[in-house]
Amino acid sequence: MTHRKGILILLGLGLITFGTAGVAVSDDGDRNGKRGGWLTARADVAPVANATYGEECGSCHLAYQPGLLPAPAWAQVMDPAALGDHYGDEATLAETLRTGILAYLTAHAADQASEVRSRAFAVGFDAHAGTGLPRITETRYFKRKHDRVPTSLVAGNPDVGSFSQCPACHRGAAKGIYNDSQIDIPGHGPWKD
Amino acid sequence: MKTSLVLALAAAGALSLPATLLAADAAAGKAGWSKEYPQSDGSPARSCVTCHGKDLTQPGRQANTGKVIEPLAPSVNPKRLTDQAKIEKWLLRNCKWTLGRECTATEKADFVAYIKTQ
Repeated sequence: MTHRKGILILLGLGLITFGTAGVAVSDDGDRNGKRGGWLTARADVAPVANATYGEECGSCHLAYQPGLLPAPAWAQVMDPAALGDHYGDEATLAETLRTGILAYLTAHAADQASEVRSRAFAVGFDAHAGTGLPRITETRYFKRKHDRVPTSLVAGNPDVGSFSQCPACHRGAAKGIYNDSQIDIPGHGPWKD
Repeated sequence: MKTSLVLALAAAGALSLPATLLAADAAAGKAGWSKEYPQSDGSPARSCVTCHGKDLTQPGRQANTGKVIEPLAPSVNPKRLTDQAKIEKWLLRNCKWTLGRECTATEKADFVAYIKTQ
């Protein structure tokens, strides 16, 4: 009896996973659908759900999900003076927008998130390390996950350019999907770890 | 009665004065568009063209991130120049990044006048 119940639960879970994945694939378009990434097409970090953040930050670059950096890091990035030299760009925001965005980033930061992959980005973060602004690409977790990716596929790849360009290879990046099945490196293809 | 008339005239004069000062010059805006400004930090000289390109009916590219910038020309992108707050935000940021200082009211009016003609 218990055994049969277990099977039913498993079947149910399978159906739920399938349903969710179906939506994700159709949203992602043909490129991801082709390789049938539906098994793992779930958000690894919560997608951006704040229109102001999406608009203000996303007009120049991917609106990186708040769950990719811990709250103290976002506080450094969103400091008024820091926004005047935002990784070499002028990104000054009106004070109401700035505080609103910072509140959103803080509430959904890596150290506050429930997603395992998101929480990994907070591990080992030291607000006092280094002199520049914190970078997602310099977190311990990011470095570990990318340490075997050769420079030729990133900096030396005109269609990628730098590790900051998540969506160039992680085709589901805008939706918070970063798992291996949705990696498609321009001029190279899927990533085999 | 006379005093109030004088006051009214003075007020009208004060209101029209900034408008005269800001008589926007599209030709000046066009010239300013491709004027290059050397950078003190050793990066290549910048102009509006660096990110927006010379042809405003075409998309541009953010010089640092490579993100596509929709065309600025209202003739192909009617949303442009319709949101005052947006115009001011970008003129502030982009003047500081490109010229290394805020633009004067005249410069801003000239840029807007130029973009309007595109």
